[in-house]
Amino acid sequence: MTTPGAADRETWPLWEVFVRAGRGLSHVHAGSLHAPDAEFALRNARDLYTRRGEGTSIWVVPADAITTSDPDSKGAFFESPAGKNYRHASYYTASEGVPHL
Amino acid sequence: MSETSHADRGNEPHGEVTVDEVMLSAELAGGEGRAGSADVAEYALWLGDDALILSQQLGAWIARAPELEEDVALGNIALDLLGHARSFLRYAGTFDGRTEDDLAYWRDESEFRCAWVFQQPNGDFAQTIARQLAASTYLFELYTALQRSSDETLAAIAAKAVKEVEYHRDHAVQWTLRLAGGTDESRRRMVRAVGDVWPYVGELFRDEPLTDRLDGVAVRPSALQPGFDAVVAAVFAEAGLELPGGPMSSAGGRHGSHFPALGYLLAEMQVLARQHPGVTW
Repeated sequence: MTTPGAADRETWPLWEVFVRAGRGLSHVHAGSLHAPDAEFALRNARDLYTRRGEGTSIWVVPADAITTSDPDSKGAFFESPAGKNYRHASYYTASEGVPHL
Repeated sequence: MSETSHADRGNEPHGEVTVDEVMLSAELAGGEGRAGSADVAEYALWLGDDALILSQQLGAWIARAPELEEDVALGNIALDLLGHARSFLRYAGTFDGRTEDDLAYWRDESEFRCAWVFQQPNGDFAQTIARQLAASTYLFELYTALQRSSDETLAAIAAKAVKEVEYHRDHAVQWTLRLAGGTDESRRRMVRAVGDVWPYVGELFRDEPLTDRLDGVAVRPSALQPGFDAVVAAVFAEAGLELPGGPMSSAGGRHGSHFPALGYLLAEMQVLARQHPGVTW
């Protein structure tokens, strides 16, 4: 962590913004922004992402705090279950005498 | 509140917003009310000019603020203020048949009625924040009280505006705390900015013959000072700033005598409407 203001063109840290559009919905990623700290990240998110009445609640998370999956290992990581019926419970027949299954 | 699903919104996260079909004039607070006397119209002019000039000043920050996000924040505040200005100026114009555009673009400097604190130049970011702190704290106290005006139109405009200026005040307070408590450089600038802006605060709380005559309609300026002082004292205490103790300016914006910077600001604001009368854009 460098001293704030030490570099001439130092930029503010990046924050990811999650907005909940209404009651009963989950927070959904809306975008990202720069802000000097969490309180301003919330205020900037309000100005950037909720001015048309989209939101009832905002989360901001430091982009650094998010661990992402590796895009290069997409093939192995998100391998489709298609053609692997044995992975589904319905593939198996219930044995006789087993109730409540 | 009804429950909706993300699927209901389809690919339209903002819902149906089509600006070209919105009648912007229908969105002004205060409806179709007409100013009942020259005094009421004059008072609406005071409030409208304060908001208009501050809005125009803040607009100059767009694309020049320290970060893109702050461009948007100041732009949003400027648009809120423009909405207040339009409502007040529309109302002021109803008395003698002038439109909000007549009042904004076709009056000369001496016909404006804005207080001097709103005319203070943007300066550096700290100076803009010091001006925002003084202006939005004052406007919050003013609109809170004006909601109880016996004039229904003024009360309606104030009721809509008070929520917006509360956010403007929060924005200014947050920045004041950060600049005052940031680096040596940011603190030096914030201290200087407060010293530059504060002499013009006194004018806001000076009772005038007009506000005396409009008892019950207008808010008595001196009555707003205790609330303003309490908020500022709390913010300055937290920020470790001292209230400048110097004399207050004899500023006379309510009588058409203005800070030298206003003329340049009006020239830029009015040039297009005056060079191309009747132009639409």
